[in-house]
Amino acid sequence: MNTKIAIQNLNAYYGKEQALKGIEAQIPAGGITVIVGPSGCGKSTLLRCLNRLLEETNGVRVTGQVLLDGEDIYARKADVTEVRTRVGLLAPKPFPLPMSIYDNVSYGRRIHGLEKLERRNGRSLDRKVEQYLRAAGLWDEVKDRLHDPASGLSTGQQQRLCLARALAVEPEVLLCDEPTSALDPISAQRIEEQLKLLSAETTVVIVSHSLRQARRLADHIIFLWMGNLVESGPSAQMFSAPRDERTRAYLYGDIG
Amino acid sequence: MGSTEINRCLSLFISGKKNYIALMKEETLIRPRTHGQRWRLPLPKFGRKRQDQVAGRLMGALTLTAALLAPLMALALLLRALPILRVTPLTDLLTGQDWAPLKGLFGFSPFIVGTFWVTGVGMLIAVPPSLLTAIFLAEYARPRLRSLLIPLIDLLAGIPSVVYGIWGILTIVPFIEKVAAPWASRWLGVLPLFRSENPTGYSVLAGGMVLAVMVFPIIISVAEDVIRAVPQGLREASLALGATRWQTIWHVVLKRAGAGVLAAIVLGFSRAFGETMAVLMVVGNVAKVPNSIFDPAYPLTALIANNYGEMMSIPLYDAALLCAALILLLLVLAFNIASRWVLTRLVRYE
Amino acid sequence: MKRKLTELFAQTLMGLSLLVVIGSLALILGTVIWKGLPALNLAMLTQVPKGGYYLGKEGGILNAIVGSLYLAGGATLLAVVVSLPIALFLQLYANRSRWVQFARLSLDLLFGVPSIVYGAFGFTIMLFLGMRASLLGGILTLTLLELPIMVRGMDESIAMVPQALKESAYALGSTRLETSLKVIVRQTAPGLMTAILLAFGRGIGDAASVLFTAGYTDRLPTSLMDPVASLPLAVFFQLGTPFPAVQQRAYASALVLTVIVLLTSLISRGLTKRLEKHIVR
Ligand SMILES: Nc1ncnc2c1ncn2[C@@H]1O[C@H](COP(=O)(O)OP(=O)(O)OP(=O)(O)O)[C@@H](O)[C@H]1O
Ligand SMILES: [Mg+2]
Repeated sequence: MNTKIAIQNLNAYYGKEQALKGIEAQIPAGGITVIVGPSGCGKSTLLRCLNRLLEETNGVRVTGQVLLDGEDIYARKADVTEVRTRVGLLAPKPFPLPMSIYDNVSYGRRIHGLEKLERRNGRSLDRKVEQYLRAAGLWDEVKDRLHDPASGLSTGQQQRLCLARALAVEPEVLLCDEPTSALDPISAQRIEEQLKLLSAETTVVIVSHSLRQARRLADHIIFLWMGNLVESGPSAQMFSAPRDERTRAYLYGDIG
Repeated sequence: MGSTEINRCLSLFISGKKNYIALMKEETLIRPRTHGQRWRLPLPKFGRKRQDQVAGRLMGALTLTAALLAPLMALALLLRALPILRVTPLTDLLTGQDWAPLKGLFGFSPFIVGTFWVTGVGMLIAVPPSLLTAIFLAEYARPRLRSLLIPLIDLLAGIPSVVYGIWGILTIVPFIEKVAAPWASRWLGVLPLFRSENPTGYSVLAGGMVLAVMVFPIIISVAEDVIRAVPQGLREASLALGATRWQTIWHVVLKRAGAGVLAAIVLGFSRAFGETMAVLMVVGNVAKVPNSIFDPAYPLTALIANNYGEMMSIPLYDAALLCAALILLLLVLAFNIASRWVLTRLVRYE
Repeated sequence: MKRKLTELFAQTLMGLSLLVVIGSLALILGTVIWKGLPALNLAMLTQVPKGGYYLGKEGGILNAIVGSLYLAGGATLLAVVVSLPIALFLQLYANRSRWVQFARLSLDLLFGVPSIVYGAFGFTIMLFLGMRASLLGGILTLTLLELPIMVRGMDESIAMVPQALKESAYALGSTRLETSLKVIVRQTAPGLMTAILLAFGRGIGDAASVLFTAGYTDRLPTSLMDPVASLPLAVFFQLGTPFPAVQQRAYASALVLTVIVLLTSLISRGLTKRLEKHIVR
């Protein structure tokens, strides 16, 4: 098993309150890792540590190491924007950028200069936009209104747009914080399918509230409880033979 | 157009070729328009991270400069005012009653007192109707009416001060001369404050009334914001106890919004304090401490504005006027800092 | 019963207050239109003062109209160039550090500084540099006057941007600069535009600060170093003459100034609506 992300002694504090306590975990390359645990246990916090987005919140302090392909993303010489380019995020609620649908998808490519090479052969940025909108399952709905404001889409469409936007940067890891919580069942199913397809080449990390979703998607599970890591491992083993008492209780619905 | 083209155009321009504009146009015309490609800022070509850092530094430097502007202003004015401060001690300047530049007498007392008179009268007139209007807009007005009235209030805020001045000359001054002053000296003349010996309407009261209308919109909009920010739950709690709407407002809403309402008044005061043109046009400009609201006055701002023309021709005159500007600046700063200090404490103990 | 009466009394007072406030506005606009309209004609808008204009002879106030537009336009442009980076810096680069708090406080204090003090300050700086009263001097002084107004407006509207939107941009690997220029500026475009036009309105209506620094002339400016007339001062000077005919023109000039300011605020409303297209809520 190849490790994509190794978390070592990770602590996170909101002011004085400690939200993550010495987390040690490995996230394998490829496949879907699902972070589960009761509400308020620190799932979102952990996820947002993995692309250093947590530090945009006021009063937050993070200590410890997160190794991405063996390199610490919290090291002094690490470049935050590069980390966030390699590790994308899909937030629980969709927030399109204040521009057209097309520009939302092409935004990341443009700022990272990915399209510079393509300029020579004319329309390939258009092709990329189409490709990622298709990947997010949104193309057919928006192909005639690519230059309309993205804020005019429905919530489900916006969430898929955010997925396309994140994919367009071609991240190595995609973090998803309850990606389907704001969606209707059909949109949710679409997103799940896309994530499943995507996990063939990209490492996907999902925070989920739903054990059913975890069962459906997970190759690997991380179980958090009150800021502590309780257990992590392949999902088959976790669901059939949990080692920890708390995991068992959570799985059978006694806590959370 | 990318930055390389810009650079080419620039070098053409610098090398003196006349047709650089034609070239620019050609380049842009030939380029096929693809979606989503926009004109980019011709930023220097270095890494994005470096760009970000450099921009951050520049912006920080700009912010720091702006932040130092107030002290810088005080310093510059102080330097220009030094000649007169060397000749006459500050206390003499502040308390001196006589203003005779040709004799070298520069007493600021009538002007400072005049400023306070006019501003004080203005605020007395302005505060009650502004607050009542703010309460009406926040608590009583239906959304339709409110959305009709708010733009009108904004309009009032946008009217230039000379226009206020003209209005003062055309309506307020004659009103005071013909109606208010005779009436007041007839019925209230026993009080020195209302005794009128001024044959014209150019007076403290005229200045105050014009100022009052000028600060209406300031007090109203800030106070209204503050009152609307009071949580709805508080009102409902009081109404549920059987209080009338006015009782609720008086005992609950205003208590909660008190500090903010005070801040609104402070803001209005500091605007009125420094207002120049409108006041100058209606206040009479006589360098004597007024005794009644019908007496003329001569505020500091008017002093500076009226005499800038000849100030370079009389020794020390320019220093005296810039010293007046310095005094004005320091008064405003001190007032603002003090009110801020008080307000933070008020909010803390609420 | 007493409570009912109090309620009634309070409501009456509020009604009266509203009447006073709105009545003042109506009275001001009414006076300016009533007095200004009769004296307004095409010549006033299209000619510069001819010889003897201030005695009641021919001419117009084109010099002041053009001068005011130059002054306020130039100052607003400069102020945007300075204020936008400051507002973005305050919000995105260093929202909480000590000296940013100091900068905010200082800018707030500047907001309360009277315009005549800006004029006097501009004047001392110009003396120091050996400049005469000129378009450039006026523009620079007005820039300082508009700066705190604009920064405050921009700062407030940038503060309203949802944290999640900023994070969306950061999560795609944007730097702060890219987030500022490509996301924040678009999201806040209506608010920024309002702040800009508000500052423009203040600038064009202000007399006290240009009194010292821009001078006054009957000609149209041809360079940045020429003195330049302005509408508020045109009003003021014409009103100062003893001739009723010229005073009439002062009223007309005031009307022109008022119309420009009102147009600005109308344009502001219109533009704001159009710029709202892409905004995310
Ligand atoms: N901005 C914040 N400021 C202070 N404390 C916070 C903040 N965000 C989260 N916390 C605290 O950190 C802890 C972990 O929060 P987190 O959002 O990571 O939980 P979560 O597992 O994602 O919960 P949920 O499943 O409800 O989303 C909680 O106790 C929460 O109260
Ligand atoms: Mg969460």
